[in-house]
Parts: sequence; C-alpha cells; structure tokens
Amino acid sequence: MNAPLPQRQRPITIAILAMGGEGGGVLADWIIDLAESNHYLAQFTSVPGVAQRTGATIYYLEIYPRAGIVDATHEPVLALMPVPGDVDIVIASELMEAGRAIQRGLITPDRTTLIASTNRVFAMTEKIAMADGRVDPDKLIEACGTAAKVMHAFDMAAIAEATGSVISAVLFGATAGAGVLPFPRQAFESAIKRGGKGIQASLAAFTAGFEATAVGATTVKTPAVNQPPPTLDGQDSDETPTNGVVHRPIPAQLLQETDKFPAGARAIARAGIERTADYQGLSYARLYLDRLAPVASADKDGRLIGETARQLALGMAYEDTIRVAELKIRPSRFARVREEVRVNDGQILEIAEFMHPRTQEIADTLPAPLGRFILRTGWVRSLMDRMTRKGRVVKTSSLRGFLLLYMVAAFKPLRPRSLRYQAENAYLEEWLATVQRTAATHYDLAIEVAAARNLVKGYGDTHERGRARFETLMALLPSLSQRPDGAAQLASLRKAANNDDTGVALDAAIAAMKESVAA
Amino acid sequence: MAERSFKEEVEKLRLGAGEEFRGEGILAITKALLESGVSYVAGYQGAPISHLMDVLADANDILEDLGVHFENSANEATAAATLAASVNYPLRGAVTFKSVVGVNVASDALSNLASGGVTGGALVIIGEDYGEGSSIMQERVHPFAQKSQIWLLDPRPNLPSIVNAVKKGFELSEISNTPVMLEVRIRACHVHGRFETSDNVRPSYTLRDAMENPRRQTDRIVLPPASYLHEKEKIEKRWPAAVKFIEDNKLNEFFDGDLIDIGIVMQGGMYNTTMRALELVGLADSLGHSRVPLYVMNVTYPLIDRELIRFAEGKRAILIVEEGQPEFLEQAINTIFRRADVQTRIEGKGMLPMAGEYTGGVVRDGVKAFARAYRPETISDAPPSNEGAVRIAAAVKAIENNVHARPPSFCTGCPERPIFTALKLVERELGTHHVSCDIGCHLFSILPPFNIGATTMGYGLGGAGAAAFNTKSDKRAISFVGDGGFWHNGLTSSIGNAVFNKSDNVTVIVDNGYTSATGGQDILSSYADNAIRKTHNSIEKAVRGVGVEWVRTLTHTYDVAGMRDTLREALTTKAKGPKVIVAQSECMLNKQRRERPLVNKAIKDGNRVVRERFGVDPDTCTGDHSCIRLSGCPSLTVAPNPDPLRTEPVTKVINSCVGCGLCGEVAHAAVLCPSFYRASIVNNPSGWDRFKAKARGAVIGFLQRRIARRQYAAA
Repeated sequence: MNAPLPQRQRPITIAILAMGGEGGGVLADWIIDLAESNHYLAQFTSVPGVAQRTGATIYYLEIYPRAGIVDATHEPVLALMPVPGDVDIVIASELMEAGRAIQRGLITPDRTTLIASTNRVFAMTEKIAMADGRVDPDKLIEACGTAAKVMHAFDMAAIAEATGSVISAVLFGATAGAGVLPFPRQAFESAIKRGGKGIQASLAAFTAGFEATAVGATTVKTPAVNQPPPTLDGQDSDETPTNGVVHRPIPAQLLQETDKFPAGARAIARAGIERTADYQGLSYARLYLDRLAPVASADKDGRLIGETARQLALGMAYEDTIRVAELKIRPSRFARVREEVRVNDGQILEIAEFMHPRTQEIADTLPAPLGRFILRTGWVRSLMDRMTRKGRVVKTSSLRGFLLLYMVAAFKPLRPRSLRYQAENAYLEEWLATVQRTAATHYDLAIEVAAARNLVKGYGDTHERGRARFETLMALLPSLSQRPDGAAQLASLRKAANNDDTGVALDAAIAAMKESVAA
Repeated sequence: MAERSFKEEVEKLRLGAGEEFRGEGILAITKALLESGVSYVAGYQGAPISHLMDVLADANDILEDLGVHFENSANEATAAATLAASVNYPLRGAVTFKSVVGVNVASDALSNLASGGVTGGALVIIGEDYGEGSSIMQERVHPFAQKSQIWLLDPRPNLPSIVNAVKKGFELSEISNTPVMLEVRIRACHVHGRFETSDNVRPSYTLRDAMENPRRQTDRIVLPPASYLHEKEKIEKRWPAAVKFIEDNKLNEFFDGDLIDIGIVMQGGMYNTTMRALELVGLADSLGHSRVPLYVMNVTYPLIDRELIRFAEGKRAILIVEEGQPEFLEQAINTIFRRADVQTRIEGKGMLPMAGEYTGGVVRDGVKAFARAYRPETISDAPPSNEGAVRIAAAVKAIENNVHARPPSFCTGCPERPIFTALKLVERELGTHHVSCDIGCHLFSILPPFNIGATTMGYGLGGAGAAAFNTKSDKRAISFVGDGGFWHNGLTSSIGNAVFNKSDNVTVIVDNGYTSATGGQDILSSYADNAIRKTHNSIEKAVRGVGVEWVRTLTHTYDVAGMRDTLREALTTKAKGPKVIVAQSECMLNKQRRERPLVNKAIKDGNRVVRERFGVDPDTCTGDHSCIRLSGCPSLTVAPNPDPLRTEPVTKVINSCVGCGLCGEVAHAAVLCPSFYRASIVNNPSGWDRFKAKARGAVIGFLQRRIARRQYAAA
C-alpha cells in the first residue's frame, strides 16, 4: 500500500578510536580534506572535553558523494555518532582501543573494515599492578579478527617511530592501502601536503603504512634502529668499551652441570650460574649448584627444581649497594642508556643516578661486626641517619661520580663478610630447607613455597614489606599442608600479597582461607 | 594562551554575503553573532564552548573592527549579569557557558534578567555536555528556562540551522522582551560542516551611545511592586508575543511522510540521530525523506499548542524523542492534548529509556518499537545473521577483562601530580585524611594511581566542601582548589569562608597558571603576558587580603620532599586559622606548547641546548611498580623484563618524557629503588663540553675496560 523508499546512496561511516593527544584529530582533518577535495560532503565531530587528557576518545566521520544528492533541497542528513552495527571503517590507534570498539559494537562482521595498530599503550590499571597486570594482547587480536569483516593490524607505532613521524600518518596510509575509501592514493597524499606540517615525515609514514597494508602484512617487524656505536664523549671512536673486551669465561664444566637437570629447568639453572658467578665469582656459582643439588633429587617433573633454581639465583644475587654501584658503572650499561635516550652523533650524554642509601643499607654492606655496631649504637646510628636523610644525585658520567661508585663496587671481595650477606644466607638456607622438607610430603605445595620467595625483592620499604609478607605466608604452612588444596591456596595468597601496597587484600585472603577451614 | 589557537580559522569570520563557510560549529556560531549585529559578547569557558571563548579571544581584532566588545567573565554569574546592558538599551548581547553547571552559577543573574525583561536581544549560548564523555552531573538546562521564563532553542545540529537559530533568537528576544537560551549539544559544537555566509553587521546603537546617554526604567528592576507586574507581563504580553513570532517564522519544522496516522515529535538537537534511526529501520533515506511525518521542535520552550495539535490531527500515535529526564516535553504535550481533548496516543519514555544519552542505537530501538506497535507492516523483522551474531559474541567473550577503562589523567610532566605524590607520602606518616576536591585537572587525583579525594561540590568549592569539618579533631581536613576555581569564586566561597568561620583546615591551591581543564585559558594570576587582559595578579596576596595568615607558596611543585614537608607542617602546626598552600608550577601542556618550538629552533640554529629525560635501568628495577603508583605519568610505562630469571615487567620511561624530574624526586623522597637515572643530552656542545667529555671518556673508558675484563660471563 505504501511505496517503500527508493534505494539511495548511504554515507560511508568512519570511527576513529584514539587516546587524547595522539593526533586522532589530525587524522580526521586529513580525511575531511580528502573527501571535500574529491566531490564528497564530509561531517566530523568528537567529544573532546577532559577526555583529551590521555583518556579514550572517539572521533566520528561521515562522508557522502555529492553525486548521490537528488535535489538541492534535500542534503544528506549525517549522524553525529556511530550506531552499533553501522560502521564501515574503524581506525584504532592502539590495540586495547580496538577492543573497546568491539565492546561498543562498532566492529561487525558484515561490514566493518578494521585498521588497527597492535602496539600497546598500557592502561593505568595494568601499570600499577605490583607484579604483572598486563592483559593478553593475543586475545585482543583474536577478537578483532573475529569481529571484523576485514582486518589490517600491525604495529604502526613502531613504523611511526622508525619514520620519525606520528601514528596518525601511518593510520592514514593504512586506510589508503586498505582500499576502503573511494579515492586514489595520490588524493590521500595531496591531503597530507595541503595539511602543511611535517609533510616529509608524514608522507614517509603514510607510505610505510600504505605498503604494509597493501601487501597484506598482518604483522610488521619493528625496523632495527641503527644507532652509532656508543661512545662516552659523543665522538666517533674506533674503539668501544663493550666490543673487543673479553669477559672472564665461566668454565664449561660448571655450566654443563645443569645437564643433569630436567630439560625445562636447564636454561634457568644456567642463567642462575651466570648470575651468581657474575655476582660473586666462581665459588659462589659452585655454592649455588651445591644448594640446588638436594632439591634436584627431590624433583619429580622439573617444576620444583626450575622454580627453586630461579628464586635461589635471584635470592643469592640480592641487590646491595655494591651490586647497584657495579651495575651502574658497567660499559654495557652506558651503552644501553645511550641507545634508550637516543643520543646522536655530536650530542654529549651525561647520566645522573638517583640513589638513597640509608643507614641500614650502609651497615648491611660493612663487615658484620661493624655493621652491627652502627645499628646498635644510638649516637652513631642517629648521626648516620641524619647524614643519609636526603637522597643523592650521583653523576656517573663525571669522574667524581664514577670513581665514587667504582670505589663502592670495589668492596665486592669483602661482601661475604658483610652483615647482609650473613642474614641473606641464613634466610635462603631456611627457605631451601622448607622447600625440601615440604617436597617430601607435599610436592605441589613445595613448588609454591619455592615460588613464594619471589615476594622478597627490591630495596628499602619494598624489600621489608615483601619479606614480612613472605614470612606471613610461611607461617601458614602447617595449616596449608593439612589441606588438599594447599598449593592452590598458597598460590592465591601470593597473588593477594602482590595486590596492593597496604596488604588489605592479603589480610582478606588469609581471613577467607581460615574461614573456609573452619567451615 | 589557550590550548588551541584559532588564529587562522578566525579569518573565516570575515567572509561576506554568498560565500561558503566550512568549519567547526563553534566558529559558525561566532560568525552568526557578527552577522546579527551583536554589540557585546562575554562568557566563561568549559567544554564544549571553551573553543567559543578561544575563538572570540583570537578574533579580538575583528571584533574591535566591528565595534564589538568581548569580555572573559570572572564566572558564569558575571557573564549572565553582563546581559544587563540589554535591559535598558537596544543593544544585542550574547553570553556563553557550559550547560547546567554554568547555568547553576548564572541563575541568580538570569532570574533577575528574565524578570525585568530586555529591550535589546539577549542570547545565552549553552554548550550542552550530556551523555558519553561528559565531565559533569547529568541534568537538564530545560527547567531553568521554564522557571525563569527564558525561551529555549534547541536547533537541528547542522550549521545552517544553528546559524539561523542565533539570528532568529535575537529577534525573538527583542519581540518578546525575553532572554533566549540557545542550547547546542557537544557534538554539534564540534561538528565540522558548512553554511552560506552573510555580511557582518556593525551594531547601529553602540555601548558608547548607551554610556553617554544613560537611561533607566525603574519598572524593569526586581523590587516590589514591579516584580509582581513582571510576572503578569510574562504571561500576558511576552508569552503570546513569543508564540506568535515562533509560528510566523516557522521556527519549528514539519516534515511530511506517507504514514500519516503516526508521527514523531523531537527536540531539534535529536533530528540527525532520529533520522539515522529511521533510516536504519527502513523508514527514511539518507537525504532526509522520512515515511513518518516529523515535527521538529527547534524551540523546546515555549511549546506551541496549536502546532502540536495540528500535527496530531488524524494520528493514532506520536513518539516523542526527548533526551534527558524528567520528561518535561512529554508531560507538557500530554497536558496540551488533554486540554484540547486530542485523543492521539503519546509514546515517549515508555519506548525510549527515561535516562541516559540518546545514542544512535538507543533511538533506533525506540523508533523500531514504535513502528512495530503502530505500523508493524512497515518494518521487516529479518533476524540478524546468525553467523554474525555468533562471531560478535565470541569476540566480546574473548576480550572480557582484557579491555580496561581509560579515564583521562594527568598529562606527561604535569606539575599537579607531585602534589598528590607528596600527599601520599604524608599519609604514610600521618595516616589518611578527609580530602575535599574541586573541579579541574586536579580532580584526576580521585582515580588510580592516587585514589585521593572524597567529594567534589563544584568549581571553587573545594574548601567549602570541607567547611563542616571545622571542629576539634586530631586530624585536619584537606581541600584542593585550582587557580581557575579560586578566581571563579573560591576566594570567597572557600578561603574567605574558612577565615570567617575560624577553620583550622588545610587548603592547597593548585596554581598552574591557566584554567587548564577547560583548555588553558588565561586568568588573573596567569604568569604569561596577555595583550588584552591584565595577568600577574598574585594568589598569595589575595589570600592574605581576605585574612589568611598561614600561607606558603611553593614555586616548584616537582620538589616532592619540599611539598611533603610543607603539607606535613600545615597538617601539624599549632598555628590557628586556615592553612593555605599555593602550589605553583606551570601547566606542562601549555609550557611544552610554548617552549618546544623555541627549543627546536635553538637546536637548529646551532645553539647549545640541554635536554633532560629520565630512564630506568632494567637490571636494578624490581618490577614492583611503586614508582608508577606514586606518579602515574603517561611516559612511565612497563616493558618485558630482559632478565631471563624474572617474569614481572620492568618500569620503562618512554621518549615522550619531558624531564620534569618527578621520577627522581619520588625515588628519593619515597626511598624507592636506585633504578632511575637522568640523562642530560647536550645538543651542539661547546668546545669546553667536548674537551670535558673527551677527558672523562679517557679515564672512564680505561676503567670500564678493566671492569669488563674482570666480569664473569658465559663464553
């Protein structure tokens, strides 16, 4: 009875998901200019506001061919926000933002071409975790592939970096390469040229993005950054501190001793030997292996020895002032800093360290009787406390700073007589004994006991807090070994201990566990 | 200097008759004001009309050429009161502010203005910030218009309609002696579109004319008995005049459709979304042809009874698309139909949700429900492809827990961050305190990683929000006020109030030199010179001026230890009366925008420039991320641990680091790990630099080779 409406041209709908300040607006401006210069009407809008401050932001565009207009009084009515299920192109500047587009229903299998950069910009919740709070990127990529009709996803941030440009230019190139907009490549490039800022770099990034998409690459390797060989003075040098210097080799026989361990644990034990040898010489590495031996004989499937080897190495190579000083002045470290902060030829680099050794750390490093004297003698301690109240900035690239740390590192031979060494060794022996004892009756629980040692790490307050929590967990062992799910319980308690600074989660988890025993 | 410059775009304001304007909605509104012969413009920034203020500031030359005066108002009440110039004189004036929060502040002046009425056109441009991404409470401006009897325009969200609303708004205001509000939603403010321009119009009657020939009409002033007359006049004279103008000028629009027994009534601002919804259910095309007849209310107050009754004629049902709650339009239309005995059924909040933003998906579902109820044959209910639904469900399941919220946060190098770092450190010593927050970037403190702050009661009201906690206690309440909020009203509402009531509490005034959260506009205490405004007015002087005796100004917020010690002192001192800390460092976003081009140029010119940035040594990093929890800088992130023995990701500083120094200060003040280093990169080093580096390099290189030779490593 009623005539249905004639089939009409529909607008092309484009959603850009980005984070505030990333250049999503620049990308939108290019698309607008591209469309308007090629006989299309274009509309673009966004919700800037405070979301601009690093928050997730959506830019939305619609373009419509002028040829699709039937009479001048009826111009297309373009929407100001994306409708789920009605988006042709989703451009995401980061992987989690692509995931957000799926959550919002913007990516659908019947029509959406997804152009996404797979790089991660971690959310605050991922970064503030006390251990590893990162989400699983493979899951996100998998979901994108499932939800989209066509997907072009690769690390565009790396390309932007390599071409000295911004991610929006790579995204623009990828959009052109995907062939989803009815404009030739030259039209895209003209829009960049009309934009007027950083044209060369933008075009290079555009080209890289275009080509990566056009060849159908789903992942693009990060181009190696060609750094000049590191030198200290910023001048070309025929000799570099790292290259050409032979370190003292660790005897092969020592490393081969790991062959007797199950395959899964070998690499870890080998790394453990390297770490302990580097830390305090070959005899220390020998001690490491000797300590592992009884655990190895209690091992059933490689898990126990693997975890113990890992934690023992980390425990034996604890960070004291000597170790920190040693690591800071190594040539390999200077080279790493140069690379990380991207020092070019002709620039000079200066490095300053932020250190805050306190009385405890200093006493720890001294021979045990002296260390104890300082800690126990009121006036000495308070004098030292006063002297160490403020942190120090040590300029390692200056002679004075370098020599200071060189001197501290030179205490290394005295370390085995230090207060801290004695304390750490006592702790480690006790923990190893607990692992062995537990393994005899509760194998899985013993693996968790080994893993729990990981709570003890770091310096100062972090270290003290970790040790206290480790001891809290160890005190629960008698009751945990009574439970069939003891290992799983200890694992979840360890997770709770890593949940927050205050220990609220751990207290709650312990209370919940005790309740479940009572019940 | 505002965050965004419109220096190039404002040239579009000079376009003449018959030319095409292409650009943002905000700029189109400015152009429409100039084409309307406006005499003065004022306002207070806030999304989405911050850019309107920025455009006006950048266009000051053009405005002056036309004899238009522009004010950056102290707050929205000031802006609204500015319209008093239109009470006695035939001067057209416009003011602008952010939706309901601005109207809240302005309402005293708006009530007075609306009561006496106006002679010249008075336009209040409201930037509506409702729905997704909004930074404010979700309320409507509509009842403010109703209670004060201010006409409310809500035009279709395209530039020609918005421009027309500005022009007709002035005429409507003059003909009905009533101020007019023009409500523009956030996406419409920022929409890129086009319209055909007219010539700018110089006001025929100027502010100077008025000042030199003052007039007064005491019956326009709110004082009995005039106030009672005003109310009578509102109903008997102004309302009918407005209704007649709206009808005669066809401000509301009727669109025909062949499904004549149903119809949709909507706010003008909902037009594009509703059309897209109709298109998606097959009842419209993309060129604005709808099968369902439409009545588009570009004026949502007053309602035009006759038009509504005419639209309902012969219709079984109408759907009202009205965003926000309560449903004022739906209630009013029900009343109109009952009084006129119109039997057409009214659908609205039954088919559409009562609350929340009317997004495309929401309206599509509502329109579909309406069509299904009254014209089921018009919609095909083809089930969506099963395979597609399965795939979407699988994708959504796969990302479960893998997509985290990403709220806005402090920028890289933000000077406000160390203030909260310091407070966290003080809390470790003195325990937690009640913290009252304000409006501004500093409100991000309530989010991770800081998690500081209990309430926020409004702009400049940080101190006021702690007013009740003024009793004997072992702990003091802490409040925050930004420099923006401080000058907006905080000086009296928060500081003066604390002085007068003998409060012992601590107020931190976060002074970064701009109203940063609204886009970095200048204020009284801005440190930068501003050609058209007087800056450099001291906050400390103002605070002392209202009687605070304990004031500490810190000019380097990145000094965490200093900040911590000052906070501790403020919380523990025996001194009586309010304790005020002015924490002063320039907004990094603005600083970088200003300095980066200069630095780049200096490097290019061959000058010696030292750039600093921070880094983390992965081999000493514990992977515990305390540093991130105490800072939260975007340039501080995590990276895979290069150590095969460790699994936790290490902290990493990315190259966006601006070298503010907070990381190092935190490492010191909180006694964190010794992993942070500061790299100073000397560009274009001097001869002395090079000599020094060479000499050091020789010695250090020698020692390093020695170190390397002694180091054990697997062959």
